[in-house]
Amino acid sequence: MERVHRGLTSRAAPYWQVAPLVLVFAIFFVMPLVLTAVVSTWRYNEYEMLPALVGSNYASVFTDCLAELPRLCLTFKTYLSTLRLCAAVWLATLLLGFAVAYFLAFHVRSLAWQMALFLVCTIPFWTSNVIRMVSWVPLLGRHGLVNSFAQEAGFTHAPIEWLLFSNFSVVVAFVHLYTMFMIVPIFNSMSRIDPALLEAAYDAGATGWQTLWNVIVPLSKPGIVIGSIFIVTVVIGDYVTIGVMGGQQIASVGKVIQVQLSYLQFPLAAANAMVLLAAVLVIVWGMTRLVDVRAEL
Amino acid sequence: MQEQKRQSTPIGRRSILKGAAAVAGAALAPRAITGFPAVIAAEPVSLRYLGTAVNQSKEIAQKVKADLGITIEYVPVVTDDVAKRIITQPGSFDIADCEYFQLRKLMPSGNLIGMDAKRIKYADKITPVFTKGQVAGKTIGDQGTAPKKVFYLEGQTSTKFATSPTQWITLIPTVYNADTLGIRPDLIKRPISSWSELLNPEFKGKASILNIPSIGIMDAAMVVEAMGTHKYKDKGNMTKEEIDLTMKVLTDAKKSGQFRAFWKDFNESVNLMASGETVIQSMWSPAITKVRSMGIPCVYQPLKEGYRAWAAGFGLPKTLKGKKLDAAYDFINWFLSGWAGAFLNRQGYYSAVLETAKASMEPYEWAYWMEGKPAEKDIKAPDGTLLEKAGTVRDGGSYDTRMGAVACWNAVMDENDYMVRKWNEFIAA
Repeated sequence: MERVHRGLTSRAAPYWQVAPLVLVFAIFFVMPLVLTAVVSTWRYNEYEMLPALVGSNYASVFTDCLAELPRLCLTFKTYLSTLRLCAAVWLATLLLGFAVAYFLAFHVRSLAWQMALFLVCTIPFWTSNVIRMVSWVPLLGRHGLVNSFAQEAGFTHAPIEWLLFSNFSVVVAFVHLYTMFMIVPIFNSMSRIDPALLEAAYDAGATGWQTLWNVIVPLSKPGIVIGSIFIVTVVIGDYVTIGVMGGQQIASVGKVIQVQLSYLQFPLAAANAMVLLAAVLVIVWGMTRLVDVRAEL
Repeated sequence: MQEQKRQSTPIGRRSILKGAAAVAGAALAPRAITGFPAVIAAEPVSLRYLGTAVNQSKEIAQKVKADLGITIEYVPVVTDDVAKRIITQPGSFDIADCEYFQLRKLMPSGNLIGMDAKRIKYADKITPVFTKGQVAGKTIGDQGTAPKKVFYLEGQTSTKFATSPTQWITLIPTVYNADTLGIRPDLIKRPISSWSELLNPEFKGKASILNIPSIGIMDAAMVVEAMGTHKYKDKGNMTKEEIDLTMKVLTDAKKSGQFRAFWKDFNESVNLMASGETVIQSMWSPAITKVRSMGIPCVYQPLKEGYRAWAAGFGLPKTLKGKKLDAAYDFINWFLSGWAGAFLNRQGYYSAVLETAKASMEPYEWAYWMEGKPAEKDIKAPDGTLLEKAGTVRDGGSYDTRMGAVACWNAVMDENDYMVRKWNEFIAA
């Protein structure tokens, strides 16, 4: 490629080019994060925050956590419940997302159809979050479609209660919402796989499953990891979906933070947010240990 | 300026926001037009009205514009965020519509000032519910943050509540009501008369309570007392032991599957009740109306232990000056003068000055909404939709019966932090 810039300008150019992004990140990401970290060590009362450097908010997050063992304290219990949901949603979206991406990448040949089917995958995003969640009630509710069908068909005599306002319904709603985040990166990885590799596997006598497990899955790993990071970070911080679909009966870290915010306990909420951030970072770090995403891209 | 500086020291962010709000305010403020005679030069004033969406009706804004020429710009947020805004962004509104129970948090911040009773035309006509805690000469329940406890300030900029009437009023009441349980009579099929029914195993998996800690725990306390488990000295200001006890009762009920779901939002409560997922739950009056307007039977059941009441009112930010301050007083005086009161009464709320509202309502409307008499004609909502057919009687009866049976008020407890923590544990249980 021909070089347009010369001398000083050309050496400075990359810096100028990244400057806008750096600025956006600094203002909208780094600064709020630093402020949250700072506030998390402040003191507070009912109506104001007082600058200080105390660990009492963090201590409060983990109140009785050691003393009450083996009984779980509020924070551990909440994280456990959130992580369990996270794992269930991750597994479901992974299986579903992988299958859909596989179908789109290897079975749908024409680009036009691929685009059309991708658009179909975005349908869940066409309505507002709240309406989407509220509309699960007539489907899964006690007098909803699924229950009336199950009863008429004779599968059950009493309405199935765990369909709605349960861990099950929360997972269903999440899967419905976020499988797209799994499909896109996995599809992206799959579409880079050289068809010659699949042919080679076939020529070497591999069965369909062997090809899938030994060729396609390893080569899709970066997509799987990126998709997993999306899912885990989105689910672990959520409180709206868990609240509405779980009938507000299921604890989530996001909900605890939100309640503290609405009672003006900003420093306590900030401390909780920092702990959550640390937990998410550990999970993401663990996942990137499994696959070196940068090297694979 | 000195004042402001002292104010902003505790939080750096607050001063930044204040600055930003001031710049925005300056940009928004209508520019002075000079060289016109005084009458024509009366420039349009607009007031930024911070409050919850339920109280911010389009009709009221239109009527104010027509009557006073004041433009009302609604800033709709949820109850908790009203308090948050008043504390963190006191320059971002010109008039605040908040709840009395929040005052115990709000007044110490110094961001709101006392309103001059001398400038409020109907100040001495405000119902004694607020000034003395009485209805029809009878003292009503004052557990929790009853408005009479936080109605007056010692001085205009004082942060202390006065124990006897003064010239300085914290909030001029807008709406208030007495809350109870909502039930589906068609699914329960028997009379309900006590708060204890909420935890009756008969309704296992069909009950609900609201997931707003400070209000939810009050409803829970009504239940605990009705069951005879414990008698509180003040349900609105529990000791740690009482909080533990109340939450234990709730937690046990939750673990045994008593609750179908908790709700947080008005529409969720309507949805739960209308779909039959729940048959008994804490509920707000307009939600009952909404369920009924869908043609589904729903009763705002009066209970023998009484009601949990709440009240909201207008407060003024300390920063309000000059024309805007005058406009705010004009607006508040207008609000008390009848039209708005009638508008609110017709939705099942209650207004602050009853006599002006009465003058603005048809006699049959007054008889139905306020006197608990059977409706002579069909009762319609402000937008003309049919609410109740002729012959119906309002749930709970007259104003005197309903407000007279108030047992406690929404509150902020001394042990607020502990309560919030316990509530979170309850949700996680």
